[in-house]
Amino acid sequence: MKHMTKLLWVVLFMFAGSASAAADLEVNTPAIAAVKASMQARHNSLSTYYASGAVGLTRDGNVAVRDASLVPLAARQSVNGLVADENRDRAALYREIAQANGHPEWEAEVRSTFAQRWIDKAASGWWVQNAGGAWVKK
Amino acid sequence: MQKRLVGSLVAIGFIMAGCVTINIYFPAAAAEKAADKIIDEVWQLKPDAKPDTKSGKPANPAAENKGDVK
Repeated sequence: MKHMTKLLWVVLFMFAGSASAAADLEVNTPAIAAVKASMQARHNSLSTYYASGAVGLTRDGNVAVRDASLVPLAARQSVNGLVADENRDRAALYREIAQANGHPEWEAEVRSTFAQRWIDKAASGWWVQNAGGAWVKK
Repeated sequence: MQKRLVGSLVAIGFIMAGCVTINIYFPAAAAEKAADKIIDEVWQLKPDAKPDTKSGKPANPAAENKGDVK
């Protein structure tokens, strides 16, 4: 009987060990790679508008046209397109990361984590939304 | 004796419940790490810094050597 109790404790510790093993998030799936490549390709065009202040980073993990008047009339349509495409990719990125880790319900939390990190990593001079939703220049 | 066995089984039950809770809980630190990695790639923040710190361009080690007192 004593042996059995010992064995049970061993099993118990094994479970405790496995619980703390989950460390990294899975982000290496073909879907995530595809979205990343698409965003990477778009970044060159978008960064011009981040720098000019025409486009800013929102607090909800998206990008938005902040001041269209900073964009030449001829280019406004294309900026709107870039922003819409970027937000579609970002939504896909957050969704795919949550799904790749077996928790689709994590999507909102993945999004808010990214929102904070995009803003933290934004270059100085770029416009970002603060917690209250107001635009501030970094 | 049986009481003890039951007690152990109850303990295992709690631990397993704990495992489930941990898996469902959002891993904020891991998510932040993953976000940083992806943002660096999308914004190409790291590729510029990497050759300097890791592989070492021929120009940089030369400069470092000059600085060394030898």
